[in-house]
Amino acid sequence: MNIHEYQAKEILNAYGIPVPRGRVALTADQVERAAKMMGGRCVVKAQIYAGGRGKAGGVKLVHHPEQAQELGKELFTKRLVTPQTGPEGLRVRRILVEEAVEIAREFYLSLTLDRETSRYCLIASAEGGVEIEEVAAKSPDKIHILTIDPFTGLRPYQARKIALALGLTGSVCEDCVELILNLYRLCLEKDCFLVEVNPLVVTKAGWLMAMDAKINFDDNAMFRHREYPDMLDYSQLDTLEINAGKYDLSYIKLQGNIGCMVNGAGLAMATLDVLKEFGGEPANFLDVGGGATREKVAEAFKIILQDSDVKGIFVNIFGGIMRCDVIAQGIIEAASEVHCTFPIVVRMDGSKVEEGKQLLLESGLNVQIGENLGDGAQRIVKMLG
Amino acid sequence: MSILLNKDSKIVVQGITGRSGLFHTQQCRDYGSHIVAGVTPGKGGIHIEGIPVFNTVEEAVHYTQANVSMIFVPPPGAADAILEAADAGIELAVCITEGIPIRDMVLAKRIIEGKKMRLVGPNCPGVITPDECKVGIMPGYIHKRGTIGVVSRSGTLTYEAVKQLTEAGLGQSTCVGIGGDPIIGMKFIDVLDLFNKDPETEGVFMIGEIGGGAEEDAAHWIRENMKKPVAAFIAGVTAPPGKRMGHAGAIITGGKGKAEDKIRTLAECGVTVAPSPTRMGEAMLEALQKAGRKKK
Repeated sequence: MNIHEYQAKEILNAYGIPVPRGRVALTADQVERAAKMMGGRCVVKAQIYAGGRGKAGGVKLVHHPEQAQELGKELFTKRLVTPQTGPEGLRVRRILVEEAVEIAREFYLSLTLDRETSRYCLIASAEGGVEIEEVAAKSPDKIHILTIDPFTGLRPYQARKIALALGLTGSVCEDCVELILNLYRLCLEKDCFLVEVNPLVVTKAGWLMAMDAKINFDDNAMFRHREYPDMLDYSQLDTLEINAGKYDLSYIKLQGNIGCMVNGAGLAMATLDVLKEFGGEPANFLDVGGGATREKVAEAFKIILQDSDVKGIFVNIFGGIMRCDVIAQGIIEAASEVHCTFPIVVRMDGSKVEEGKQLLLESGLNVQIGENLGDGAQRIVKMLG
Repeated sequence: MSILLNKDSKIVVQGITGRSGLFHTQQCRDYGSHIVAGVTPGKGGIHIEGIPVFNTVEEAVHYTQANVSMIFVPPPGAADAILEAADAGIELAVCITEGIPIRDMVLAKRIIEGKKMRLVGPNCPGVITPDECKVGIMPGYIHKRGTIGVVSRSGTLTYEAVKQLTEAGLGQSTCVGIGGDPIIGMKFIDVLDLFNKDPETEGVFMIGEIGGGAEEDAAHWIRENMKKPVAAFIAGVTAPPGKRMGHAGAIITGGKGKAEDKIRTLAECGVTVAPSPTRMGEAMLEALQKAGRKKK
């Protein structure tokens, strides 16, 4: 789960990590007022669930409150498109107005999970800022990666090595050690998948400060953090994706016209692949998951049909945990409820498959049975011809 | 022979009294697996479906000599269940549970490092040696005893692959679903190594997905070590680039993770890659034929 920069900074602040003074604005007038409080000269930052905002015009230094207001107006009316948002971009509903800080040096600092070692790792570089991935690709020696043993945790001497590698000395170096240790504590206590400070800066006044921050929570740890769902900004999520989330379905909107319902993420991806192979265009990725109930399948079906681009549906269920007759009943109930007349192709395999097929064929729906993955995909593509 | 499981495996089910725990216990037993015990803290002493339930894995092992554990414990207690199995002397733990927090798994994986217990999963369909023993949630009927080892990061896509293999006349020695979580016990290479050493296994089918660098690592390992033909499929060729936050993921994977990269690396390392998910069985046949030609 993603949160906004300003929320991430509130958490950093609570862990003793200095951040610039700032206020969140929901309207252009609030942007102006906040700019006044900062003394006129300030940084206006669009809050979206993606990086790459600076180059897309979502982060700007302004010199007067009026200028801030103008920029606020502009940002609130457009969708911000960055390399990390996808082509449709994201709406801006919240703006962070921050004091302008005089920067002496910029660094990159993050903590994330390394799948290869199954441990958290600390990544740091003296070449902070927006080009960090390029730095990593071209001069990996400028990136310092420290794998953390969960038995010992991150030790002060290890943090110090990193701080020294960043070229910090004296009291700033010791401040950085403390900051890194606090960041690790935050990462564990808040169950983060990613904590990224980019850039971490040394101000001209000689203080360390987190100028930008990203936090991504581990979705699996939600049961330990009941407050997290309240932090979500629904304007950043697709409406259908939100509905899907309520039923624990994994849904991603795509550009085509064939709605897809599949059990399991791998099979769902393979289903998209095979539809494309036969010349079809999937309208979505939808994984109903392993332990799907009839209710879940029915909701999944409704969510697919809420997408007005959908002209036909391909259901590909390979039962294992799931019973095919239960799936069939879910499909029939949902399709009847929303009066679906679109062609449907159902490919089912697993337990009670014959019962499931029988139910579908007797349902009166515009349904065909796919005998296997390829046959099912070809049928739906042909039906939409 | 086979790997990991055979007809002598004695299974304890952790979380046997839960809904899916009990359902799949029955399914596995119907398949012929030797389920000797269940564990649910607080319910020790009862019998469920004729299977004795214990409070701890240690007790279950003591009274029944169980050597394999199938774990259905819900996410908050699942990492603890894995550690309990390791501590009780279990040789193979198969953790089906989906949704274990990363922090819990980081610690659990560290603790079992160097112990004799092998962990498959979490968030996986399990392991099956056809006609002998099933520990997991996969449908047994699609499998057929034979000489192909299957290793997969996916769940249901594995069933699709196995079905195609069976239809192509290629039975399986053992099928291992290693799970799709960021932190898992056995990885591709660990399973490939066992198949390489197993005299019954003549070829391996591998199923990967976009994300991470495990398939690339496996590809390089195969080039250096694998004595048997390998075919593979990678799901997600047409997956759109997702929204993402930050740079850390891209930095540590060094840009790995795209389907094209994985497919190219596997092909370069001598693996036959199925061009479509409808042709997984064919790809395995092709790999076996190529290897056959080489021998001549």
